[in-house]
Amino acid sequence: MQRTPLYETHIAQGGRLVPFAGWEMPIQYASILEEARAVRNSAGIFDVSHMGRLEISGSGAAGLLDSVLSVNASGLREGRARYNVICDETGGIIDDCIVYRRSDSAFMLIPNASNTEAVIQWLAQWRPADSDVEIVNVTSEFAMIAVQGPDAVGIVDNLCDIDASAVRPFTTVQAMIGPSQAWLARTGYTGEDGFEIIVASDRVVDIWLALVDAGCVPCGLGARDVLRLEAGLLLHGNDMDTDHNPYEAGLDRFVKPDREGYVAGPALMRIRDESLSRKLVGFVVTGRGIARHGYAIMSGAESIGIVTSGGHSPTLETSIGLGYVGIEHAEPGAVIQIDIRDRLVDAKVTELPFYSRRRSE
Amino acid sequence: MNPTNLKYSEEHEWVLVESATKALIGITEFAAESLGDVVFVDLPEVGGEVGQAEKMGEIESVKAVSDLYSPVSGKITERNEQVMDNPQLVNDSPFDAGWMIRVELSDPSQLDKLLSAEQYDSFLAAQD
Repeated sequence: MQRTPLYETHIAQGGRLVPFAGWEMPIQYASILEEARAVRNSAGIFDVSHMGRLEISGSGAAGLLDSVLSVNASGLREGRARYNVICDETGGIIDDCIVYRRSDSAFMLIPNASNTEAVIQWLAQWRPADSDVEIVNVTSEFAMIAVQGPDAVGIVDNLCDIDASAVRPFTTVQAMIGPSQAWLARTGYTGEDGFEIIVASDRVVDIWLALVDAGCVPCGLGARDVLRLEAGLLLHGNDMDTDHNPYEAGLDRFVKPDREGYVAGPALMRIRDESLSRKLVGFVVTGRGIARHGYAIMSGAESIGIVTSGGHSPTLETSIGLGYVGIEHAEPGAVIQIDIRDRLVDAKVTELPFYSRRRSE
Repeated sequence: MNPTNLKYSEEHEWVLVESATKALIGITEFAAESLGDVVFVDLPEVGGEVGQAEKMGEIESVKAVSDLYSPVSGKITERNEQVMDNPQLVNDSPFDAGWMIRVELSDPSQLDKLLSAEQYDSFLAAQD
């Protein structure tokens, strides 16, 4: 079991640690719901060092990424980041990740913890033999924390040497936080504004403590899961995997299939041009009960799908979930039932996201 | 921390004996803390019967689903509608406002087999 550089800090701050994707991670501190509320109302801080950090560099880096990512890495300007999926040759989703362009010839890729090895292998498989591209797994050299919530940008701004509020969404810049050099990215997985911060492993404890001192509430993976579900953000391994393609997962806008040399392109173009038989939908439980991962989705007596993510939403004060259903049941407004331990409970298909923050400007 | 006027089961329920035949049932603070934030409680219908150690309802926290067991047998005379509407009461007040059901005991001798607060404290200490 791997530990992040913040392991001792989590224990000292009362974190309840559980195994997650090969890592010992805090699931919660005092209360998952209070942590989730802190992120919605003020600011929370998450240790996300279990996620992979891959440096891809060399004159052929953009070309290699173009051939495996669902978006054009070579079209990214320096400092820009983009969400995308990595698909296999059948269009199945190996992982979803954010790619950052740090310079002309250097990129950072952030795969999910449980998929880091699969992504490295996939990149290596498509790296031309004569390529100068280097794929370096720097996961253990660096730590990563997420600071999220309406107060997050102000708090980070006070601690760093740049105007953090000027960093645009989905961009990354270098800054000093106290004596430590850090990469700040205006990204996240909670539906709130904020930053994801990458720093050297031996610097992260100081930065974490400074952020907590400044008012960020330590949050665990439990709150992270609640928040991302409310924001309609998918979790690889639950809501998508190699048996599902990005079109049925509703990720069309992150996929540019008709590009020369894109290894998943032919399969994805075929899928795009056919009609889908199933689709990932969001639903709100209207009866009494909580939908959870693995429960059957029913239309009366007929089984029409499976809940891929589900739980209680503190912001909506009801149970919400995601799941794949036959296309005839995928229209918003459709009434479905969730089989909650042999009890059929009504739910309604809704547009995603369930929650979106009010944006200033 | 566990009130001395209550009796306890090893499944972390408490019983408040209100009279020779009436008892109030809930779950202990230890159980509530172990569950974490309670977000759903389902309790049996009033008028039904429940047997000792039988499932009487369900309780869900953010992360987990658990069955509720009755520590005694009896007829359900009341259930706490407030706790069904506001499950957070279980965390906020497990021994008081977070009570679950009131029963008319069908076999009061079952109470003798439950633990005292002192015995339950020792039982918890031995769990660690």
